Amino acid sequence: MRRGWFLPIAASLGFAFLYAPIVSLVVFSFNESNLVTVWSGFSTKWYGALLADPQMLGAAWLSVQVAFAAASIALVLGTLCAVALVRFRKFRGRTVLAGTASAPLVMPDVITGLALLLLFVAMEATLGWPAGRGLMTIVIAHSTFCTAYVVVVVQSRLSDLDLSLEEAAMDLGATPIRVFFDITLPIIAPALVSGWLLAFTLSLDDLVIASFVSGPGSSTLPMVIFSKVRLGVSPDVNALATIIIGIVALGVLAATLLQLRSRPRKARA
Amino acid sequence: MAKKPQLAIDTRPWRDPDAKPFVRIKNVTKRFGDVYAVSDVSLDIYKSELFCLLGGSGSGKSTLLRMLAGFEQPTSGSIEIDGQDMTEVAPYNRPVNMMFQSYALFPHMNVEQNIAYGLKRDHLPPAEINNRVAELLSLVKLQDYGKRRPHQLSGGQRQRVALARALAKRPKLLLLDEPLGALDKKLREETQFELVKIQETLGVTFIVVTHDQEEAMSLATRIGVMNSGEIAMIGEPTDIYEFPNSKFVAGFIGSVNMVEGIVIEDEPDHVRIRSGELGCDIFVGHGVDCAPDQILWWAIRPEKITLSRDKPENAEDANVTQGIVEEIGYLGDMSVYQVRLESGKHIRVTQTNTVRGNPDSITWDEQVYLSWDDNAGSVLTV
Repeated sequence: MRRGWFLPIAASLGFAFLYAPIVSLVVFSFNESNLVTVWSGFSTKWYGALLADPQMLGAAWLSVQVAFAAASIALVLGTLCAVALVRFRKFRGRTVLAGTASAPLVMPDVITGLALLLLFVAMEATLGWPAGRGLMTIVIAHSTFCTAYVVVVVQSRLSDLDLSLEEAAMDLGATPIRVFFDITLPIIAPALVSGWLLAFTLSLDDLVIASFVSGPGSSTLPMVIFSKVRLGVSPDVNALATIIIGIVALGVLAATLLQLRSRPRKARA
Repeated sequence: MAKKPQLAIDTRPWRDPDAKPFVRIKNVTKRFGDVYAVSDVSLDIYKSELFCLLGGSGSGKSTLLRMLAGFEQPTSGSIEIDGQDMTEVAPYNRPVNMMFQSYALFPHMNVEQNIAYGLKRDHLPPAEINNRVAELLSLVKLQDYGKRRPHQLSGGQRQRVALARALAKRPKLLLLDEPLGALDKKLREETQFELVKIQETLGVTFIVVTHDQEEAMSLATRIGVMNSGEIAMIGEPTDIYEFPNSKFVAGFIGSVNMVEGIVIEDEPDHVRIRSGELGCDIFVGHGVDCAPDQILWWAIRPEKITLSRDKPENAEDANVTQGIVEEIGYLGDMSVYQVRLESGKHIRVTQTNTVRGNPDSITWDEQVYLSWDDNAGSVLTV
């Protein structure tokens, strides 16, 4: 048992490295003091201040709208793409599609944002649409990179799906469309939900791409926070960050649980 | 396991040249890239038959079944079911249902919903669907399991749900892909019984794909043995076992002793084959399509050989050789003897243990004579 003490210590250090900053942020969000780094007692007043700040609330609402729309669009596009990649094994351009679908995962945000900005400006000049930048352009931009994540999540679930289930349904008289809605969709539903949650969270988090493609009056929450922080860290930002951490953690947790829950059932069935 | 003796000629339509086949597979070929999965297979299957496609993995049996179901398109050739050309018909429009090897039960539906799925696609009235589902559940003895999900069932129960679901639409033809493959041995034997019983009760034509020769022998009215995409032999189980038409079929079904020999006498009523391996002449009591000096093979089943200590008389001075018992495998009902001939060739012989605890039975390292009937073996030229 010589290694008995090593593993717990290594694990604690690892977790501390990852989460100590977040813990300190959460702790200081309950600080009474106006000074961020000096503890002077427990208080929830910064949460109250937050709720009274219309700029913050407006930005939060915008972010939720963007995330909801982008995640939903990404879900539809990503699922279609995943079905094409997994089910239709051989078609022209499959390799290109597989490559381009996952490219946004590794593309630096700055480049994605810049590229989208240039595209939107060029489109506005030639097509007249989208007129100006705002909610619409952020949604489009977020849909593109969120789609890549949905593809990855749905694709892995779909390739685990026993092809004979779909064949059995077809054999019993279901047309291919019916098979998709009766069999494929319900079975991959957990992956769809976790894909959507992942996309929602990613969109909610994004600062860089949104900064490129947003216009006046359409600042997302991360953009507002970032601009506030540049003027000095105020305790209400801590409170806001805590709330966001809570929401993101819940989203990721739910996505993970859903994916886990769908595994053992498949193994037994 | 014995099936009801079906001796009347009218129950064996394949023996009647005027009978109209129910499924007609004509010169069907399926190519995947450069590989011929099925090459030029022609096969007639009659109504109410339980036809087994038997073959090893990669023999093309599953591909043939999938073409019948419509999941694969033949590269060339045609498939007719009940007089209708099926080549262009989509799987969901065929009067055919399939039971999958993995059962392919829908995990998000309970047993009743699984069975009802095909009926719902036909838009039957709900009352009739319920009746039909209840009927099928009692047919497969799962009345109390209707509300369970597939993952709450045992392997044998899942197998029966899959069967009920495949039978729900009352198909004219049921395709079964390794129906007993996932069950353990004991359950497999019981289920074999039930499968045959259900098939006889409903009179549905069954085509079963299997790699298990015992399963094929006990289930089938006829067996089609497949080898590398081709049909090696079609026949009733007894034909396949007792009168194989090739070395492949003889070796694939059951165990067999095969020796090489040369024809030294070729008469219309008998043939004499000299075999160096066997160390004696083989006298075959019927005419064979061969020529003098032709090299061919002779195959005999282990249970067709008799062991004795004394040299048996043989009028033709053939069909008797000797060897030494090297191994004995005692299986209870019978014993398997491994006998080494003078040529070094090993011959497998099985003898039924008719006497209890026989102290006088042949034992290790004994010198024994092996003998057999004029018609006990098969002469094979291919």
